[in-house]
Amino acid sequence: MRKTSQLSPEDRNIRIYETLFSWILKFFSVLVVATLVGILATILIQALPSFRDAGINFYTGKSWDPVFKHFSATPFVVGTLATTVLALLISIPFSLSIALFSGFYLHPGRITSTIRLLIDLLAGIPSVIYGFWGLSIVVPAVRQFELFSGRVPYGVGIFTAALILSIMIVPYAASIGRDVIALVPSDLKEAGLALGATPYEVVRWIVMPYSKAGLLSGILLSFGRAIGETMAVTMVIGNANKIPGSIFDPANTISSIIANEFAEATDPIYVSHLIHMGLILFISTTAIGLFGRRVIKKWSSH
Amino acid sequence: MSSVSKRLATDLLFKGVLGLATVILFIPLIMILYYIIVNGAGAISWAFLTSLPKPPGEIGSGIGNAIVGSAILICIACIISVPIGVGVGVFLSEKPTHTIAKMVRICLEILQGIPSIVIGIISYLWVVLPMGGFSALSGGIALSLMMLPLVIRSTEETLKLIPQSLKEASLGLGVPYYRTMTKIIIPAGRPGISTGIILGISRVAGETAPLLFTAFGNPFLTFNIMKPVNSLPSLIYNYATSPYSDWQQAAWGASLVLILFLFTLSLIARTISTR
Repeated sequence: MRKTSQLSPEDRNIRIYETLFSWILKFFSVLVVATLVGILATILIQALPSFRDAGINFYTGKSWDPVFKHFSATPFVVGTLATTVLALLISIPFSLSIALFSGFYLHPGRITSTIRLLIDLLAGIPSVIYGFWGLSIVVPAVRQFELFSGRVPYGVGIFTAALILSIMIVPYAASIGRDVIALVPSDLKEAGLALGATPYEVVRWIVMPYSKAGLLSGILLSFGRAIGETMAVTMVIGNANKIPGSIFDPANTISSIIANEFAEATDPIYVSHLIHMGLILFISTTAIGLFGRRVIKKWSSH
Repeated sequence: MSSVSKRLATDLLFKGVLGLATVILFIPLIMILYYIIVNGAGAISWAFLTSLPKPPGEIGSGIGNAIVGSAILICIACIISVPIGVGVGVFLSEKPTHTIAKMVRICLEILQGIPSIVIGIISYLWVVLPMGGFSALSGGIALSLMMLPLVIRSTEETLKLIPQSLKEASLGLGVPYYRTMTKIIIPAGRPGISTGIILGISRVAGETAPLLFTAFGNPFLTFNIMKPVNSLPSLIYNYATSPYSDWQQAAWGASLVLILFLFTLSLIARTISTR
């Protein structure tokens, strides 16, 4: 290779551009890594005062009352778990049906592409519109039901939030389920059918056992997705900062308490406690996401 | 009843249950779209789209500032995330085994899973606090963080599919590497990359949570990116949770505008990617 001084000015320019180009690409890539490290570091540092102030009480305490400086995440952890688990329970039959329908029963054609289109539409509706629809249609309906069944007619609450959340996670859960079910080797399915098993028996004895691990991690991934959901839940959960006694009680989730109080929090320690909850949210969604995807990847590779 | 016909009946029943569950699921979808169209269509007029919000009870309230605000936020998000995203995507597809590339992949996986409300906190701490106030810039940065992983992924996936021979032909003709990439490879992948960008825009255009404490909202029209701005999703949130019926009416109108925008985007993405 010739030295730079021996190159014509044109070639030298090219070489400069060449190095510049590869440096820019590398710089952008490092920037992405630095951003993520920065995000993690920022949340950790900002949550430190909260760790020091509340300590273990943040997880064992029972109340959240900024006026009296009682800060405990328990009501919101309970609220989040109740809402998301209930939402998953409601949505699993539906996501599984769609996954089986489009991944096993139907051959690719007009019906599957229609189902896919409708699922895409469902996935494309913004969270805030789900919340608005929930507020104006689902909340009055639940209120009627509560009146009818002799409960306090809040309308808003964990049950309402879970109903709406369950609709919102179906597209995500169904698409994972469909991919997992489509990975079941066709010779297994065809062998079952050739032996005279009905499609139901193939699903029951071949498809389901084979894809169990994949489906379970799909449920886990949907759970991770659901706990971070903010707007729709915030609008219909009723925003009560206490540990809910029943699924019809108003409550708050981790994300809805941040959405409600972060902009109004003036006391630095108050802000730090809210960021601490953001950290809980960040760590749990990340851990669930990484773990779930690892399981699916490992499962689908053999 | 013979055992075979029993089995066949079970099969039919199962199929029926699956079909029923699928149909039931689409009831809320149809309901949501129905309510948005019926309630929203009545609210929309040229004046509604162009004028500013008014206090409840006054006639002629509009969402002009929210449309402008959403456009500003999306522009900022694109200006930040498109060059970086395409650059990183090129890097990942060119040097898939590089140490930095491996680290970037892990980071992307995590970044994509961060709840939007946490992104809002980050942008608040990074931009709002140092600048001393809510701003369109901080909202745009929050949205760009959410858009970035999608742009990177789609660029990487697209460029991987471009035949190696195209690159070799260009390099063989003596075209420098950087010109091969910018003039041959990236243009060849343009449909895929633009689909990714459009999908990224449609992901962030409906986001409210990251804007709550960044772009914040603003009842007035502003083009200044250092000032808080309104956006369609924030306007829907504020109006939907307000007790005034004419504000809720405006929220339906804004929902219809937002949904139409998002559907148009996905339609464009579909046409580009199937061409």
